[in-house]
Amino acid sequence: MTLPRITSPHATGANRTQRVMLRVMAATVPGILTLCYFFGIGPLLNIALACSFAVLFEALVLRLRKRPVGFFLKDGSVLVTGLLLALALPPYSPWWLITVATGFAVIFGKQLFGGLGQNPFNPAMLGYVVVLVSFPVDMTLWPAAHSIETSAGLQHVFLGQAFPDGWSQATVLDVLKNNNNLTLQELWNNNPAYGLFAGYSSEWVNLAFLLGGLYLLRKKLFSWHAPVGMLIALFIMSLLFWNGSGSDSNGSPLFHLLSGATMLGAFFIVTDPVSSATSVQGRLIFGAGVGVLIYVIRVWGGYPDAVAFAVLLMNLCAPTIDYFTRPRTYGHKAAKRGFKSGE
Amino acid sequence: MSMVFIAVTALVFLSLIFGAILGFAAVRFRVEGNPIAEQINAILPQTQCGQCGYPGCKPYAEAIAAGDKINKCPPGGESTIQALAELLDVEPEPLDAVEGEKIEVVAFIREAECIGCTKCIQACPVDAILGAARQMHTVIASECTGCDLCVEPCPVDCIDMLPVASSLQDWKWDLPLPPGSIIATDREQAK
Amino acid sequence: MSTWLIHPLRGGIHPPDCKTLSNQQPIQRAPLPKQLIVPLLQHIGHITQPVVKVGDYVYKGQLLADSTAPLSAPVHAPSSGTISFIGPQPYPHVSGEMLDAIVIDTDGLDAWCELRPTADFTKLAIPDLLDKIRQAGISGLGGAGFPTSNKLSPRADQPISTLIINGAECEPYITADDVLMRERATELILGIDILAHILQPKNVLIAIEDNKPEAISAMQQAAQARDYHVVKIPTIYPSGGERQLIQILTGQEVRAGQIPAQQGIVCQNIGTVLAVHDAVINGKPLISRITTLTGQALQTPMNVECLIGTPVHELLAFAGLQNEHLSRLVAGGPMMGFTLIDTAAPVIKTSNCFLAATAQELPPPPPTMPCIRCGDCAEVCPANLLPQQLHFYALGNDHEQLEAHNLFDCIECGACAYVCPSSIPLVQYYRAAKADMREQEQKQVKAEHAKERFEFRQERLRLEEERKEAARKERAERLARSKAKQAKKAEQNKSDGNSDSAAAQEEIKRLKIASSMAQVALRKAQKQFDEHGTDELKAQVTQLSAAAEEAKQALHKATSKAEATVPPKQGVTDDELKRLKITASMARVALTKAQKQLEAHGTDELKAQVEQLSKAADEAKQALDKANEKATVSAPQQSSANEVKRLKIAASMARVALTKAQKQLEAHGTDELKAQVEQLSKAADEAKQALTAATARQAADPKPTEKPAKPEPSAAEQALKKAKIEAAMKRAALRKAERAQADASSITALQAELAEAEQHLAKLNQSETADV
Repeated sequence: MTLPRITSPHATGANRTQRVMLRVMAATVPGILTLCYFFGIGPLLNIALACSFAVLFEALVLRLRKRPVGFFLKDGSVLVTGLLLALALPPYSPWWLITVATGFAVIFGKQLFGGLGQNPFNPAMLGYVVVLVSFPVDMTLWPAAHSIETSAGLQHVFLGQAFPDGWSQATVLDVLKNNNNLTLQELWNNNPAYGLFAGYSSEWVNLAFLLGGLYLLRKKLFSWHAPVGMLIALFIMSLLFWNGSGSDSNGSPLFHLLSGATMLGAFFIVTDPVSSATSVQGRLIFGAGVGVLIYVIRVWGGYPDAVAFAVLLMNLCAPTIDYFTRPRTYGHKAAKRGFKSGE
Repeated sequence: MSMVFIAVTALVFLSLIFGAILGFAAVRFRVEGNPIAEQINAILPQTQCGQCGYPGCKPYAEAIAAGDKINKCPPGGESTIQALAELLDVEPEPLDAVEGEKIEVVAFIREAECIGCTKCIQACPVDAILGAARQMHTVIASECTGCDLCVEPCPVDCIDMLPVASSLQDWKWDLPLPPGSIIATDREQAK
Repeated sequence: MSTWLIHPLRGGIHPPDCKTLSNQQPIQRAPLPKQLIVPLLQHIGHITQPVVKVGDYVYKGQLLADSTAPLSAPVHAPSSGTISFIGPQPYPHVSGEMLDAIVIDTDGLDAWCELRPTADFTKLAIPDLLDKIRQAGISGLGGAGFPTSNKLSPRADQPISTLIINGAECEPYITADDVLMRERATELILGIDILAHILQPKNVLIAIEDNKPEAISAMQQAAQARDYHVVKIPTIYPSGGERQLIQILTGQEVRAGQIPAQQGIVCQNIGTVLAVHDAVINGKPLISRITTLTGQALQTPMNVECLIGTPVHELLAFAGLQNEHLSRLVAGGPMMGFTLIDTAAPVIKTSNCFLAATAQELPPPPPTMPCIRCGDCAEVCPANLLPQQLHFYALGNDHEQLEAHNLFDCIECGACAYVCPSSIPLVQYYRAAKADMREQEQKQVKAEHAKERFEFRQERLRLEEERKEAARKERAERLARSKAKQAKKAEQNKSDGNSDSAAAQEEIKRLKIASSMAQVALRKAQKQFDEHGTDELKAQVTQLSAAAEEAKQALHKATSKAEATVPPKQGVTDDELKRLKITASMARVALTKAQKQLEAHGTDELKAQVEQLSKAADEAKQALDKANEKATVSAPQQSSANEVKRLKIAASMARVALTKAQKQLEAHGTDELKAQVEQLSKAADEAKQALTAATARQAADPKPTEKPAKPEPSAAEQALKKAKIEAAMKRAALRKAERAQADASSITALQAELAEAEQHLAKLNQSETADV
């Protein structure tokens, strides 16, 4: 009787890429529900469009690359890309905007680099930045909470009809950035949509994503280093440069932690293993770098929110971080860092 | 007119300076010998078989350094071509040999048939054959590079090139297929 | 007994341990198999050589094979019986390839050979103890199989501070050490006593994972009276790895490229300790071991004490193997074990477990996904490597980076592959890459060696060529010089008035040729005459004979004239000397032949002839001697080398004759022979003396000696060899043609030629045998 020859280890853990992806998707559910509570079916439309386009593009490119389509679609990574992109885009984004974003994310951000595991940049963030710099007007218009009727939303998404007045507004981050005559107190008093301290919808959505993120941490799907590094760095930066709530305010630490895409970024974007640093120490540095950059761009840069830019910039640095955070091997005196081939 | 004069003077002056610098560098940072040929020689398998058309590995290394093709070494095979391509930063080419890559072999003299002509001893580039005139010869297997240069001169054809026997100890795992290749043919499709 | 402080392990995993499957019942005895396959290599190191042969009867415990290599362990007969085969047999190796083994057909008696137990091991000297352990063939029973006696003999400058007894058994499924500690704690402690006696460590630590409470309490109880620490360590894989266990127990890391003994630590497996106990106390060699048989494809998983050499399928059958459920058979544990592709392989010293797994238990590996760089592998790696980077570099064959990332510090524990969400067979990558790198290195070394040899040869050939060139030049110069000299001499001669000397030489040459031609013609005619015998031919022969005689006389006259004209001070020329030599030797040959014939037939006529010839030979010899003398006198320098050569040959011939005669004397012992021997001995001495004198003379002479020529083989031999070569060449040509698939006709022609050559050869062979 001939038995199979299989390499050790014969026992394997339960962790599978597919399962990781499914868990990540599941962890976004609280965030999605909260978004839906504020914006109706807008987020769901985003998700549906983004995911189907993402799958479509992925299948197309896999086909062109003569790779097994079904096998690679099954891993679910492209769905996560689509999902995260959809959550980052303003609800009720027009279909063409989503198409362009997912197209860039999947084709240029992922497949052209060689598919899963090969992309140096976070594909969702790449797609997001492309549409952000190409269509800034559409990207900065967030619908006001509880104000969108489904039919009007659908018309906006598919037929390109403009929102009625008052249906859309600039985000809190945008307002804060452009404000230079009102104190924060005045700003907040003027508008109930600004919520308690970080935007009526934004603070709750951020909290929901935090919840999902904590679930993932508990399930040990990723190490805590990158998200915690990012949040702490952001917190420290906003604490250091907090100049009170005058008209030139940079925003409070709490404001920065719970506005914009902070929590989505911390738990769902920065934790993307492919494009971040690898070692534990490296991830801490990677997350901290993202946190610092978010604050810098938000306060002194040209864009209201900066998660995408910060992540992409740190993606650039990831190999270098890996290079200098190589661990010391058992039994060796020091880590071989900065090794160049041929030396 | 003075402008032209100044320009010419400046240029001449600059060229003198740079020439001096270059001249100094050429003397100061001169590399000894022909290091690229040495590096190439280090990659070649040193079987000294002459299948490349040169009398030994070093001449071939020098020829490569002078611009010859890198795909003429059957004993080195694919891996040598790859290494050479990397060293010289050129495109690797498929091996230029009729029989393709060779498995590792070692010469063996059927001693009963040997007439002691010493022709193989003279042919062996690494002195791996032992014997004297009218005495039976034998191959020192551990020194044999498997170049098969001794096969042709043998008047009685008593030299065999035997494949090196694989043993338990040198059995090794193959490198697994790259991730994502579910089946072996997948890779060929992708080409 | 104080508590021992333990340290955390870096990385590690917690796979389900599945140990209850096999540790629920006591150790069973496996039935004696009909055939035992005892491989010659069951340890790390050199293969052993059999000391028995097929057909031998061996007793249980008798030495079967040993090696003189320093790193080896002998093997012994696990049971009594007859050796039926020595050669390649199945072997528990992942390749499934065979290895040389000794097969014993057991006779069921299980009769022990004589054992030499030791009552009190403390009375034995430590080298004797170590020798006992080596002679018992003990190598590490934990899995690697390093010969134990080597491990127990650290260098003198490395005192051992800590002895670690490894009972961690961190691999899932395996319980062999667990049940061993439960059941044989007393013997184990005695074994540890022996090891401690040999090494004299400060601390003795017995490390056991906390998932084996029974084993811990049993060992604690047994070790009560002693100063050993039974250390409970947390259950984590791979705590049982030597380097990892040292880290847990001492907090130290074994430095890269070193062995623990260099830091004063020695680690021994529980199973090895028992083997040491048996070897020293009972005098029993290592011929059996405790092996775990487990997995859900077995009806009754258990631990068995089985003989080394027992085929695995017999053991599995004993444990109730359900063949239809078996999907994978692993030798060792599920983390580091290897699959067996054949159940005919035997148990060897390192076989600690056989895991017969069902497809549910160990499902086939799912398709590999691309690495998503999740970093889980780096987190669990006990060696703190970067497994994913290593895998990328292995995939790209980047040996430099693999080296830089310390691939060779990987212990292949498999923790990385266990946690990999993409199911990448990481360990296989590392194994393949390691093997590749080793091979490359070997190739590099070999290429370097070949290069050296090649360059050395080139240099040698160049020097030889130079030397030859120089010699050639010198010869040419010499020739030119001598020519000039001759020309000068001729000039001198001319001026002396002997103007016709050169002409006379010419004349002599011409006459010689004419004379020899006449002789040839005469001989031809005579032959024809002998065959046909007509009158006409007779007349011709007579005529020719006269002509030949005439020619000879003319030659003679000319020669004597020339001799007369040549001034005597010129002495005898080399040519003449040679000519004389040849004449003398020919005379001698003729004489010998005639003597032989005389012996055979004994007619008077022959006798007369022999006498005549003998006289001729004597005359020739005298002439030669005279000439020699003259030559020596006239030109001692030129001929001294030749002289030495001649003398040497003569001396050696005399010696040969002497030896022969002595031998004959010994055999027959007649007085006649004795006298002969004495005479020969004297002759040999004389020859020797002459030689010495000549050599001395020559040494005084600065002229370089020429290499003595090789003795020419006799004509018959040469002919025979020539025929042989011809036949072989014909054979080769035929083979070549066959290989080249030449057309049938040419092959047939070649075949015919070959047959002819072979016939010729056979004939020669025959004639030679007849001659002899």
